[in-house]
Amino acid sequence: MIPEIGQFALILALSLAIFQTVFPLVGAHRNNAAMMDVGRTAATGQFVFVAIAFVCLTYAFLTDDFSVLYVANHSQLALPTLYKVSAVWGAHEGSLLLWIFLLAAWTLAVARFSSGLPEAFAARVIGVLGFLSIGFLLFALLTSNPFARLVPAAVDGGDLNPLLQDPGLAIHPPLLYVGYVGFSVAFAFAIAAMISGDLDQRWAKWTRPWTTVAWLFLTLGIALGSWWAYYELGWGGWWFWDAVENASFMPWLIGTALIHSLAVTEKRGLFKSWTLLLAITAFSLSLLGTFLVRSGIIVSVHAFATDPTRGFFILTFLAVVVVGALVLYAWRAPSLDSDAGFGLLSRETFLLLNNVLLVVATALVLIGTLAPLVIEMASGGKISIGPPWFNIAFLVPTIPLVVLLGLGMHTAWRSQDKSAWLRTIRLPAITALVLGVVIPLLIYGRISILLFVGCAAAVWIVVLALILPIRSLFREKGTAGITRSALGMSVAHLGMGLFVIGVTVVSAFGVESDRALRPGETIEVAGYEFEMRELRNVQGPNFSAIEAEIEIRRDGDFVATLRPQKRQYLVQKNWMTEASIRAGLDKDLFVALGDQLGSNGGWSVRIQYKPLIRFIWLGALVMALGGLIAITDRRYRSKVRKTAAVDGAAAEATA
Amino acid sequence: MKPRQQRMLAVGLAALGIAIAAGLTLRAFQDNMMFFVEVSDVAAGEYPKERNFRIGGLVVGGSVQRQEGSIDVRFEVTDTACTIPVIYSGVLPDLFREGQGVVAHGRMGGDNVFQADKILAKHDEEYMAPEVADSLSKHQKDIVKATVAGAAECGSNDS
Repeated sequence: MIPEIGQFALILALSLAIFQTVFPLVGAHRNNAAMMDVGRTAATGQFVFVAIAFVCLTYAFLTDDFSVLYVANHSQLALPTLYKVSAVWGAHEGSLLLWIFLLAAWTLAVARFSSGLPEAFAARVIGVLGFLSIGFLLFALLTSNPFARLVPAAVDGGDLNPLLQDPGLAIHPPLLYVGYVGFSVAFAFAIAAMISGDLDQRWAKWTRPWTTVAWLFLTLGIALGSWWAYYELGWGGWWFWDAVENASFMPWLIGTALIHSLAVTEKRGLFKSWTLLLAITAFSLSLLGTFLVRSGIIVSVHAFATDPTRGFFILTFLAVVVVGALVLYAWRAPSLDSDAGFGLLSRETFLLLNNVLLVVATALVLIGTLAPLVIEMASGGKISIGPPWFNIAFLVPTIPLVVLLGLGMHTAWRSQDKSAWLRTIRLPAITALVLGVVIPLLIYGRISILLFVGCAAAVWIVVLALILPIRSLFREKGTAGITRSALGMSVAHLGMGLFVIGVTVVSAFGVESDRALRPGETIEVAGYEFEMRELRNVQGPNFSAIEAEIEIRRDGDFVATLRPQKRQYLVQKNWMTEASIRAGLDKDLFVALGDQLGSNGGWSVRIQYKPLIRFIWLGALVMALGGLIAITDRRYRSKVRKTAAVDGAAAEATA
Repeated sequence: MKPRQQRMLAVGLAALGIAIAAGLTLRAFQDNMMFFVEVSDVAAGEYPKERNFRIGGLVVGGSVQRQEGSIDVRFEVTDTACTIPVIYSGVLPDLFREGQGVVAHGRMGGDNVFQADKILAKHDEEYMAPEVADSLSKHQKDIVKATVAGAAECGSNDS
């Protein structure tokens, strides 16, 4: 009964989505307020019904309703409750439902918080979002119904893939999807502006906070996925240039470019058509990512089971959305550009370069990801592109990017006075050059060109990012402090600096070693002694495991005891490695059990020493925090601004 | 220089930089392409010499051998028509099992043993790397044909 309600709710949501698309778009065209109003109501209704469907599926998981095929395939009686909830989005059908739910939630948020927008514009935005909802609801109902029944019902389920039974992965997809789906809002704003043919600086101001929110969730989602791959897959790397990782990374890169381009459009009214193109591209890449993951056409460790009909549907939808958007763009964009000029040494120039380099980086990732497909279609040869290529190719645009990033922060709009500029950057430049040598040489005892470049770039960014906040902290009383916008930018760039130092150090000095180890034996890796004290059997709720106790010492002094496990899940009978990590800001020590080696009690173990690896995820967190600070800027809250202005005037009057 | 000229110069330099970078990356591309070669082709000696490539197939049941107390492992991979030996030193992935699909990266040694530097096993129950699935289904058909003709052996399927 409950699953049928869920399915029915999805069908109702689809019909409401149709209302939500047709009425506001036609209403805006005819300037009919009553028709435009339907959009908000329908969007609210659509959200309610999608939420009902989502709750129904969750309920089916919590009550172990194995008469639902999807539940029977991806849950099990003994599965802990947390994972019964996260199993809802643990596979294709449910993750699609989550996507739809988040799209409806974003739409609802737009409908609620768009009262400051011109009525026709808001109506068009909601209409475009409704169109996207129709696409995804049809996708779910036609190819991937999560409520399909299993007759007769299973006695017990097939269990959730053990890899997904992890708190990190329970929240990774929702975060990532909030980001992915969030770019649909920027997309809808772009389409709405192109339909009306009216794109001014206010448009950029409205679009910016939505884009930043989507971007910050995508940042968190990607970072969490990277962290999960690090400790759960047992390989100890933090990024593999896997097709599915790339699928989430490309929208991030373009989203980052979009945020910067929006800044120029908002402040200076420039780059309008370029900004529109980026908004279209960011969302198209999100769709492309979904296509790559869902269709299984790309070889990936993450890929879901292959299903050509799903791939075909998504590809068609992608074509409709992209071609439609680009045709509209070709028609409207030429009339948009402004001819306001800017000097060579100006923030506009740096943001332009930022955009060019980010787009080049995205293009490289796209080429590397799609090349195997293209070459197979062209010549039939089956190839793969290894991480070494991505590592080299990606550095080409990103090294200039991080250097220019530091400069751009301290360059004024329009035109910057050169001597003042040189004065600001001189000290940070010297600091960076010196520390670029000192950090690798004194702390880690080795240096190379790449190490110098990485460390110097990181120091360069960190120092330059701190200048504005520190100046604001020590400013004279009564003068204006840093705006939230500028603080957000500084913090996000600081995060970038932390990320760069983490990547540089861990790539150069990380140690990975596969060794044989038996109880009582000690081996040395990266200056640490690893002694296996004992092996024992332990029992979990839905698995049994072999656990090793490994003591780590340095020069005889105790450092930590790690307890890596090899788990066997009772239903799927899969063996799973559960690595044990001694995490620290300065370094991680990582031990994972491999296989039993013959009869002498020995095991193969993977031991890793990962200096500063935490800075990678810390950097991403700080970047997201920067985004969060930026969206709290006053100018995004028009009502609040008025009162603040009154307060300001009152303060001046008393002073 | 006038600002306009300056800007043209900057754009020109940027374009040049990007062109050089693109050229270099595309060059690096060729060096980093790794071909997938079917086991039967490897057995017939048709594989890229002196460089890495990928093979894939099923791990032959009972073929996994370890040296006592060492992380070196030796096993055989088959596409159901031909079989080649593989050696690997390191931790095997969790889903590596006899009779299951596997992909190995590495190169051929002089002794006709494939020296793997990376082993990938499938990620979940339903998933098998598409190229492995292709290769298997192709050779399984050949086997049916060959069995009917009474000659089911490696190398007989090159017709």
